[in-house]
Amino acid sequence: MINSADTVFVLLCAALVMLMTPGLALFYGGMVRRKNVLSVLMQCFFALCLLSVQWMLFGYSLSFAPSNGFWGGFAWAGLNGVGMEPYAAYSSTIPHQAFMIFQAMFAVITPALIVGAFAERMKFSSFIVFTLLWATFVYAPVCHWVWGSGGWLKQLGVLDFAGGIVVHTTAGIAALITAVIIGKRKELEHTPSPHNLPFVAIGTGLLWFGWFGFNAGSALAANGVAVNAFITTNMAAAAAGLSWAILEWIRNGKPTVFGIMTGMIAGLATVTPGAGFVSPMSALAIGLLASIVCFIGVALIKPRFNYDDTLDAFGVHGIGGILGTIMVGLFASKSINSAGADGLFFGGDVHQLLIQLLGVGVVVLYTASATWIIYKFIDIFWGVRVKENEEFIGLDLTQHRERAYTIIE
Amino acid sequence: MKLVIAIIQPHRLEQVKKELYNVEVNLITVSEVLGHGRQKGITEVYRGVKETGNLLRKIRLEIAVNDNFLDCTVKAIVKGAKTGATGDGKIFVLDLQECIRIRTEETGSLAIG
Repeated sequence: MINSADTVFVLLCAALVMLMTPGLALFYGGMVRRKNVLSVLMQCFFALCLLSVQWMLFGYSLSFAPSNGFWGGFAWAGLNGVGMEPYAAYSSTIPHQAFMIFQAMFAVITPALIVGAFAERMKFSSFIVFTLLWATFVYAPVCHWVWGSGGWLKQLGVLDFAGGIVVHTTAGIAALITAVIIGKRKELEHTPSPHNLPFVAIGTGLLWFGWFGFNAGSALAANGVAVNAFITTNMAAAAAGLSWAILEWIRNGKPTVFGIMTGMIAGLATVTPGAGFVSPMSALAIGLLASIVCFIGVALIKPRFNYDDTLDAFGVHGIGGILGTIMVGLFASKSINSAGADGLFFGGDVHQLLIQLLGVGVVVLYTASATWIIYKFIDIFWGVRVKENEEFIGLDLTQHRERAYTIIE
Repeated sequence: MKLVIAIIQPHRLEQVKKELYNVEVNLITVSEVLGHGRQKGITEVYRGVKETGNLLRKIRLEIAVNDNFLDCTVKAIVKGAKTGATGDGKIFVLDLQECIRIRTEETGSLAIG
């Protein structure tokens, strides 16, 4: 039985999540040097176009069609059989197509998140092939395992409210793998080297705004769970922004704009898997912890291991997503969402925590190996990295024949 | 006193700075310029309209030195900026008539260092 309020809510949330990809483009675009800003915008917007089409042709079917526990198959390819009637296994109150388009926006932003890892040095043609293969062979199966009807991790009881595993862990781990294999940028002394922090701030604002659609919309109904997810999202983002600023103040003497922006995004990524399962006060704790752990990842671990995760896609999304997924095992409460579970701190035992660890562990291993294979495959046939000279001139001119800014006139 | 003006590739700036610090030349002015030498420019396309032979980004360094510092300054710039490829840039050396430090009103060699 279709509920109009729920349908309106989910459609608007889909539009909000769509806006996150342009937001991400600005967030990342401001962080690179100015000779590469267009290449980052292009990669994000191209992903929006490419994956919107891929999703409706076969991505949605691979991810959500009911076939077996491991992948969805092609039963719903070309939206065959995906109509206006609700599909009860996902939501009984909105048209099946509303669920499909809401999920499409998740499938778009996830590969776009990886852009941060290989920014400023990947060939555009190889980026397209990588994105298409990754969305098909990593995102779609993992999405099916965790969210799909009959998915094997879902059957085990793994909880991922809005994509801590499906979105942030997969993108974050893929970011780490690609950053390590593609190697560091040439002739760069300072990293990161943001050319426009106001862009980063605008992007962060759009991401926080869109994240309400991402998390609250994942309730798939205009109900109390959605309200709770809305509030926990705001709480975690705010708490993480504060804790990052305080950490910087203590450690480096001054709080920075770039720092507080990074903290907010870390908080948003970390609360994502638990948004509809934990209370606002638990979200406060999760947000505070998110910045501490991601700060360690970005400011201490990355320099130690000396890989060039250019825009900290792993340090923020990967670490945040994994941390948040584990936090569900601690902070989840059935009083918030009866479809959830009781975590260790809320009357439950260690069971849910172990399930969460298993789920995230399996996805980390699968994503790492599949990403490695896809990267190597493309590198052998096309080559992934631009020529040294192209890297020096910048990807805007060499990959797109445009420049973002003029110096004279 | 000499004024050294160097036009270099943007990505060599950090290396040139390092080489200059090594020979204790610390007072430099850097600006961003557009240039077009023997190296071909690059094609740009805006909404299907092609523009060729456009100018490329370069970095311009200005360094005022006393005569005894000229040699090491030039060598440091060459060492830092040379890649052997077209487009590495040029160094111009000019006689410098006068130099005044605004804060102290010192002039000549004293003001440069």
